[in-house]
Amino acid sequence: MRLSQTSPEQVEVYRFPWLAAALIPALALFFQAFVPVQLPFLSIFDVPLLVTIFLGVTRRNPVTGLLTGCVIGLIQDSLTPHPLGVYGIAKTVVGFGASSLGVKLDVENAASRFLVTYGFYLLHQFLYFSVQRGLVGQALGWAWGHELFAGLVNAVAAVALFAVLDRFKQRN
Amino acid sequence: MENLFTRHRNLSVLAAVLFIQVFGLAVQVKRSNDPQQTRLIRVWAVATITPFEQAIVHTQGAVYGVWHNYLYLRGVRQENRDLKAQIELLRLEQARLNQDASQARRLQALLGFKEQSILQTMPAQVVGSSGSEQSRSLFLDKGADDGLKKNMAVITAEGVVGKILQTYPHTAQVLLINDQTSGLGAIVERLRLQGIVRGSPNGETMLEKVMADEEVQPGDKVITTGGDGIFPKGLPVGSIVKVSSSDLFLKIRLHPAADLSRLEEVLVITKLQDVAPASGEVAGSQRAVDILAARLPGVPEQPASKDAEINGASKAEDGKVGDPKVEDPKVSKSRPATSSEPKPTTAKPTTDGKPTKATAPTPKPEAPNAEKPQLNETSASPRPAVGPQAKSPQVQQPRGQPMQVHPPQVQPTKSVKPAPLLKPAADQPANDRMQ
Repeated sequence: MRLSQTSPEQVEVYRFPWLAAALIPALALFFQAFVPVQLPFLSIFDVPLLVTIFLGVTRRNPVTGLLTGCVIGLIQDSLTPHPLGVYGIAKTVVGFGASSLGVKLDVENAASRFLVTYGFYLLHQFLYFSVQRGLVGQALGWAWGHELFAGLVNAVAAVALFAVLDRFKQRN
Repeated sequence: MENLFTRHRNLSVLAAVLFIQVFGLAVQVKRSNDPQQTRLIRVWAVATITPFEQAIVHTQGAVYGVWHNYLYLRGVRQENRDLKAQIELLRLEQARLNQDASQARRLQALLGFKEQSILQTMPAQVVGSSGSEQSRSLFLDKGADDGLKKNMAVITAEGVVGKILQTYPHTAQVLLINDQTSGLGAIVERLRLQGIVRGSPNGETMLEKVMADEEVQPGDKVITTGGDGIFPKGLPVGSIVKVSSSDLFLKIRLHPAADLSRLEEVLVITKLQDVAPASGEVAGSQRAVDILAARLPGVPEQPASKDAEINGASKAEDGKVGDPKVEDPKVSKSRPATSSEPKPTTAKPTTDGKPTKATAPTPKPEAPNAEKPQLNETSASPRPAVGPQAKSPQVQQPRGQPMQVHPPQVQPTKSVKPAPLLKPAADQPANDRMQ
């Protein structure tokens, strides 16, 4: 398995069947809302974020990526007590960044997926806390240790999840 | 302009989408004071996801119930024997606690206290969460159609869970006490120090706003203050596990009394009631009034007149008997309350669960029920009382689906000779607490 070498697939643009494109985010949101109730330690995963990154880097279309992130983020917002748009803004930026990065970098191998996810997780959390503190006015605390660890866990999970989701993508 | 937009199409779309969201966010923050406002997208999202969650949870429950109630019965007989033995022990404990409870009620009557008691609760099942590590909230399988409303307290038998933040027709969102935006008035039981309970970024439950020079220790219990009007006073919040000093305030970490990470079923307090002490108990506490009044320094002796007696009795009936100037001369005459008077005897349960005879004052004619022996119905009740509220008196029992919380009844006592109902001040932690 190539880990960091640029592959010829890096310029390949993929698409998803409409059913998969709708069901993957829906299942991710359902998983995020339901599974931590049964298994609390799984709440550290942000599966909707991972799906946003995956769809962004796979489709390689910034507008589609940011809109996907926006919709997923707003739905995730609607399940939380805070105002709508907090996750929406963070995931919009992540979706845009992931698709823009997917155009320029090889994101088909495990190492790059790990690094990309780790970076975007931290960016997502930074945006989330910035919006919460700056716009909403919530004095949330930032725990460096926890965020770095959670980023690591999510990056590892992304490598496995992306390998599963690769089965649904089709060459454009 | 068009050329610029086309050249930077992606960035333009990004800026537009972000602007719309920031604008929407600003509108929501500005209108956040409107309690009735619920965004349509929330209703849609919740209405889409929670039915699936409810279906899975209820299916899980059904399968679990069939397995554990009909198939997997290994060790049930032994467990049944153990539980019966435990019930016997708990009955003894309950008899002792009922004595304390009745004493506390008399003291409350004495001071004219009103306490909030849990009148009605509704069991609900946890079906989902917010799906965010940053916001600790849950979804229940009961909603506005079941009578749930915003700001209702959510508890378990172990302690406080949170409050209802939002209601939907068939579900309700609960904000847990370990959420960062939560804020629960709490008090360290041993030191009577007030603080605020809220969550940390890691989801830990913290007690804040306790001054750094206070001697808080790990193991101290933390309970609700009742001052927020949501939670009744005295519900267990948790126990202190770690205390570290910061600049001005202590950094206190709590272990929540209710396991917030493994909640399956909770109780929503749907009705609270300000319970004033019952008049029958007040009559019994008339003696306590006089005892305390006599112990106060510099209390002038009242002339023994008929008017004074009537006045004292009527004030006692109103629960405003804390005025030391109002003294029942009849009682004072029959029982001089001094510090050298004999220690009162309280009813102690025997090994068969029945309390022994206790020395208690002779019942007054105007309140015959105050000292009248009654059967202890609490132990026979199939529905358990909840937490510390088990001690609180309940006078109403509305019919309907929600669970009713039953009060303990006064233990049977028999009057032998006039004696104070209250123990000396040194033996009265409840009295100290109220003061």
